[in-house]
Amino acid sequence: MRRTVDARATLSYTGSIVKYLSASMSVPLVVALIYREDVVAFAVSIAIAVAVGAGLERLDDEPDLGPRDALAVVSLAWFMAAVVGAIPYVVAGYGTESALAHPVNALFESMSGFTTTGATATAEISFEQHSHALLLWRQLTQWLGGMGIIVLMVAILPQLAVNGAQLMKSEAPGPGLQKLTPRIAETARALWLIYVGFTAALIAILFVLGLTPLAPEMNLYNAVAHGLSTLPTGGFSPQAESIAAFSPVVQWVFVPFMVIAGVNFALFWYLLRGEPRRMLENTEFRTYLGLVTAFAGVLAVGLFAGGAPATLIGGITEGAAENALRQGVFQVASLLNSTGYATADFAQWDRQTRFFLLFVMFVGGSAGSTGGGIKVIRWLIVAKALYRELYTTANPDVVKPVRLGGEVVDEDVIRGILVFTLLYFLIFALAAVFIELDTARMGEALTGTEAFAASLATIGNIGPGLGPLGPFGSYEFLPNTTKVVMIGLMWIGRLEIVPVLALFVAGIDDR
Amino acid sequence: MHVVIIGAGEVGTSTAASLASDHDVVVIDCDADRTEDLKYQYDVLTITGDGTDSSVQERADVAGADMLIACTDDDRTNLVACGTAKTFGDPFTIARVKSTSYLKTWERDETAFGVDFLVCTDLLTAENIVRVIGLPAAVDVDPFAGDLVQMAEFEIGAESPVADQTVAEADRFESLTFVGIFRDGEVEIPRGDTRICPGDRAVVVGSPESVQAFANDIAPDTTPNDADEIVIVGGSEIGYQTARILEERGLRSRLIEQDGERARWLAEQLPDTVVMEHDATDTEFLSREHVDEADIVVTALDSDERNLLAAVLAKRLGVDRVVSVVDSADYVTVFEEIGIDVAINPRTVTAEEIIRFTFESVAENIAVLENDRAEVLELELDEGCALVGRPIRELVEEIDAKFVIGAIVRDGEHVTPRGDTVLRPGDHVIVLVETAFTSELASMA
Repeated sequence: MRRTVDARATLSYTGSIVKYLSASMSVPLVVALIYREDVVAFAVSIAIAVAVGAGLERLDDEPDLGPRDALAVVSLAWFMAAVVGAIPYVVAGYGTESALAHPVNALFESMSGFTTTGATATAEISFEQHSHALLLWRQLTQWLGGMGIIVLMVAILPQLAVNGAQLMKSEAPGPGLQKLTPRIAETARALWLIYVGFTAALIAILFVLGLTPLAPEMNLYNAVAHGLSTLPTGGFSPQAESIAAFSPVVQWVFVPFMVIAGVNFALFWYLLRGEPRRMLENTEFRTYLGLVTAFAGVLAVGLFAGGAPATLIGGITEGAAENALRQGVFQVASLLNSTGYATADFAQWDRQTRFFLLFVMFVGGSAGSTGGGIKVIRWLIVAKALYRELYTTANPDVVKPVRLGGEVVDEDVIRGILVFTLLYFLIFALAAVFIELDTARMGEALTGTEAFAASLATIGNIGPGLGPLGPFGSYEFLPNTTKVVMIGLMWIGRLEIVPVLALFVAGIDDR
Repeated sequence: MHVVIIGAGEVGTSTAASLASDHDVVVIDCDADRTEDLKYQYDVLTITGDGTDSSVQERADVAGADMLIACTDDDRTNLVACGTAKTFGDPFTIARVKSTSYLKTWERDETAFGVDFLVCTDLLTAENIVRVIGLPAAVDVDPFAGDLVQMAEFEIGAESPVADQTVAEADRFESLTFVGIFRDGEVEIPRGDTRICPGDRAVVVGSPESVQAFANDIAPDTTPNDADEIVIVGGSEIGYQTARILEERGLRSRLIEQDGERARWLAEQLPDTVVMEHDATDTEFLSREHVDEADIVVTALDSDERNLLAAVLAKRLGVDRVVSVVDSADYVTVFEEIGIDVAINPRTVTAEEIIRFTFESVAENIAVLENDRAEVLELELDEGCALVGRPIRELVEEIDAKFVIGAIVRDGEHVTPRGDTVLRPGDHVIVLVETAFTSELASMA
């Protein structure tokens, strides 16, 4: 039996994925044509990306994937996607003042895009410095990464369908893959169609609103750009002021779509098939909605009572009911499931409200959603498993399976979830310490809380942190070593740690 | 009637014994010794061979049979035997199975496997156990319509909360009907203003849940409720079904099973039962878990020896009521002599059910009360029969017979009869009738 990864087959599969993924760069190319901007940058980027992809693909004529290789393909494909996605930033920024021209910043921006983190490595977000085309590419990477590039490839490439279930399982957020149809390619297509549907709906609503006096700042470009980064729980915005750049009506429109992005998309499939009960009776769905409502309520009350003293962005919330409610609901809907949009500079809020947001960031979206983080279902199972341990310690003879919504949770799944959660916290804490020490070394000291928030914001694919890394700040000033670590954090955070670590472990022959 | 019985075990033998006097019985078994014994013991024809084999069935003249009873110890043999029989003609087929999954399949389509009536041994036994432990206050309990409806007769003591109340006051349960009151040996058809006196015997018909709740109401001391501790020893199929039915009745039990994998499976299936993995004959464990304080212990282990040991231990620890499953009919009396409160033999239960079914009678199902002063019948209503299509109030006024409709089962659902309820063809009605009017009423169905 082969004990290590089949490198040729793995690279060949990765190459195919990269090759087809680079076709998506033709979208910003068209945008560049429309806005009469630098077309060459994208033409060159596509050429390089296709060449890399095709070159890798050539390594094996008839690649045959085993389970170990599937993990490796997913991990590598995501890394290579980020690498290839970084090319336009470097090429377009070449010879300009743009911070993104630096390869580390470009890779950071690209990884942050594909993993739907939304942390940015450039302090300057404006059309003066970046073209419309480049900023749209930034949005598009989030949209592609949201539902998952592997899911997309399984949906459209027949040669991937054979190993599709294995590949998708490694990519899918949450502890398992829900197969909706007998054929995995159809499941992948169904998920993408729902995703496209919600995206189109949001773009249409935003565009129509922009035609009315209610939202003068909303034009077609903004509607598309924000449509592309809401459903993937992305958080990038071509506006320097994120969603604060838009009127309260627009801000309210974003809220339901952000909440939807954190819901298991398989549930919408059941809803469309006329089985609404499977959605309404889903324990994770109910818990998720309950958490959003409860946290939003608490935060709104906190803001109303004066939890946001600085009024630079977001306005006065103390005693202002609508604004307090809107800021509370928006920030929770955005941060709980790892979107990362902001309508207020919460980095300037007072200690209680900031810490509350940090707490909210730990939750994450649902399994099968586009959200990052630990995920609601894992928290539920961890809580139940811990209760079970305490109970059986007191009653050693009792056999007590863990149940979720009446269904028994398999012991292997529980073990996997406990391991995941432990790894998540371990890596999060180690990285936070590293960030703290590394930034101190460079004289760019972050406070302890800010370092922890930065670690959480990247491994949880959230985006904005606290302090200078807040929603209207940027990660540009951080030392490159820290950025490289954060690129790794975003990568393993999106793939939920295990596939990436398994890639390294599988390479070790432990005979 | 020409009856073919496949399987000459305990169930087959006792069924044959009770049918032999009135019917032509053929018994098929593959064990030559058994058929030989049976041939001389009872007035039946025996054939040695495989009951699922069509040539054997041909020799038994299944084509001309009115009824075929497949009651071997093997579920699949019984089902195949019934399926085979249906290729010869149209005998009424009865199959005995242990697995409840076959029962579920059959309930989806009552022609499945070519079986006309399916007797599920373990489920039947468990229902029996639940009746015994659930309604100790009842003088008599009988299931109707496949346990969807129960009839129970209770003696009303002077200290009972319903004593000296009117029926309208005592009837607090949605799906329960008072069908009769026995006073001084006479049956009385209760009206809303009929007063229940101490010493009366009240007969109620309703869903098992409501009968249970009623029992709790009139005899709170003896009827188990949430606060009572029920322990089931042994996670056999019978133990499992007992715990499951108790859950349905809202009673939580503790189930002790020694095998780890089985215990895990039970815990997964029974969310409201506390499953413990331990040897139930370990006295140290029993006292640690305060099994001595249990109100009821049911032993449902796989062997009689272990059941006996567990039951005796429970009795010695001071448990009030111990109910034991006894696999071998011969030991039933032994168990009861030792002091076990109730010993239940699954095969006897099965044989009784089959025999009850084979009796030709005016009704689907019948229970005789108080030395045959009244009967409770289950009638299936045909298209165009005299009872169909009119409100019950009109029927009661019009028909010159003493009867009360206690429950209706329509499409497998329990319907509580009220004055304006209209009966439909296909309904199963459970009715109490004074014995003198039984045949008159039955002829109208």
